[in-house]
Amino acid sequence: MNKKILSVKDLEVTFKNGHESFTAVKNVSFDIYEGESFALVGESGSGKTTIGRTIIRINPATKGDIYFQDKKISGVIAKELDTYVIRNIQMIFQDPMASLNERATIDYIVSEGLYNFNLFKDENERRDKVFKALNDVGLLEEHAERYPHEFSGGQRQRICIARVLAMEPKFIIADEPISALDVSIRAQVLNLLRDLKQERGLSYLFIAHDLTVVRYFADRIAVIHQGELKELAETEELFARPLHPYTRSLLSAVPMPDPDVEKNKTLLVYDQSMHDYSVDKPSWREVFPGHFVLANEKEAAEYGKMYA
Amino acid sequence: MSEEKTPILQVKDLVVKFRVRNKELTAIRSVSLDLYDGETLAIVGESGSGKTVLTKTFTGMLETNGRIPAGRIEFEGRNLLDIKTDKDWEAIRGAKIATVFQDPMTSLNPLKKIGVQITEVIEKHQKLPKEEAKKIALTLMEKVGIKDVGKRFYDYPFQYSGGMRQRIVIAIALACKPRILICDEPTTALDVTIQAQILDLIRFLQKEYGFTTIYITHDLGVVANVADRVAVMYAGQIVEYGSVREIFYDPRHPYTWALISSLPTLARKNEPLFAIPGTPPTLFNEIKGDAFAPRNHYALNIDFEEEPPFFQVSPTHFAKTWLLDSKAPAADPPEAVKLMRKKGKIYAEKLAEASK
Repeated sequence: MNKKILSVKDLEVTFKNGHESFTAVKNVSFDIYEGESFALVGESGSGKTTIGRTIIRINPATKGDIYFQDKKISGVIAKELDTYVIRNIQMIFQDPMASLNERATIDYIVSEGLYNFNLFKDENERRDKVFKALNDVGLLEEHAERYPHEFSGGQRQRICIARVLAMEPKFIIADEPISALDVSIRAQVLNLLRDLKQERGLSYLFIAHDLTVVRYFADRIAVIHQGELKELAETEELFARPLHPYTRSLLSAVPMPDPDVEKNKTLLVYDQSMHDYSVDKPSWREVFPGHFVLANEKEAAEYGKMYA
Repeated sequence: MSEEKTPILQVKDLVVKFRVRNKELTAIRSVSLDLYDGETLAIVGESGSGKTVLTKTFTGMLETNGRIPAGRIEFEGRNLLDIKTDKDWEAIRGAKIATVFQDPMTSLNPLKKIGVQITEVIEKHQKLPKEEAKKIALTLMEKVGIKDVGKRFYDYPFQYSGGMRQRIVIAIALACKPRILICDEPTTALDVTIQAQILDLIRFLQKEYGFTTIYITHDLGVVANVADRVAVMYAGQIVEYGSVREIFYDPRHPYTWALISSLPTLARKNEPLFAIPGTPPTLFNEIKGDAFAPRNHYALNIDFEEEPPFFQVSPTHFAKTWLLDSKAPAADPPEAVKLMRKKGKIYAEKLAEASK
């Protein structure tokens, strides 16, 4: 295994509103290695986006720590480290229609980060960096003078990716980067992200709800439900031997483009009350090598025998 | 699929044009379609292919800048396009043909109680007194799987989750016992587990009430789940239609091939996904030949010159591509399509064995 690039330890995020508080993320721990694409999969409200936003320091962590390249980046950190984090961890958002400034040219949008951190010597170097980033995502130099509304959804998402690439980050958080795109365009953006990973050894945190996309893109998958990780395994392992009932219900719900399979499938419904955690408390256990699941002792023993 | 095939609705050579910024755009370029009683038809295509516009013409809901210069829509012995006023449309829209839209938050009134929103539809269309309308509304809410209906009747939309709201929208759509239910991306805004429940619900209600369903979607997984028949749309035209097994296991149009090839489910890891090059044509200009030709690896010279007719593949399966012409060279379909063909054959053999 490679070096760890990011580790999240016992993360808890609580939102407060007056006297009410809501814990969106609890007890979440995982590591992401260099050159790896790690996926967080869950439904809306599961806390997956909150984790991404906490890593990039938009939301503060209530408890727990986040380490980037072995340096602690959660809580109060030095200004230089903050700058370093902003440069090296970049985020791609879901909706390319909402995440670009409509009144700025593509040239400005892509170079905004460069301006903020003075990442260029002179105007020529800045232009070169912008053109290079645009070329990298398959756009042309002449596009730099245009405005976002002149582009289609897929092209806009490329602009978002170009803006991220201009910063030369080491780690990219992609929050549902293709959900808002049309089917035929999705493949283009997925291919682009995949090529960038292979060419530059970038690491990804890929946040998604669509397991078919994740299966294609991710090396490892963590399944999150109501703020807690339920299961974590290598991609094919997770699909071959899903253990947690929530993972299994999620897999059964994904519509497969295969009518004979789809018309004969049985839908599994997850009901939390099926767990009896009154005495035997659940913990994070490694049932198979590298395959973790949240379970108590009795369940873990059952899971171990499930695929025997 | 129903064996006796009586069309409930017939579209003939429909053309829809929109006036946008003083230019005219042809959104539907001569579409013909039969909808059979009791079936579930899925219309697939990318955004802008015209799938929503097509079904909007069934309920007279085209935007005011749209017009229909040619075609007929036959339903219950009359041409729906003869209906001129909104008042006359009310006998059809909601009553005979109802629509469930994508976003349940925008199709419900946030200021009105859920119960009121259901009963007012019943009162209006069926001319029933309040008390009876309420009774029907409560039954409908139970039918769509709302628990504790007595209390939930008085809740507001914001007190419902996305999936529950979509259930209410379905209840409202069914309040007048429509003959056709149009589901326009009914689950796109929902989570996968909720999506699966809603699809199941619609299937269950279809059995119970016996309506005909049209699904509009771009998700081939959903299509595989719900559809009896599939129509694939591209640039304002239907380019291929057939039974769901024919479209998935034996597609013939290169655009259908491209759609199936771009699915991540069928791709091998570490190999690039198939991406359709380019973008759909602009519908402001007249399209010469096959609209998909510029993006099509399989395009023949004639595709750029002349529009292909429909070729018959089986009694139920038609595709609009020159590749099926007897003079066309044999085309080698993409790997993903071959894989699907193989799968289809294996299932067919299993089925044949099981029936023995």
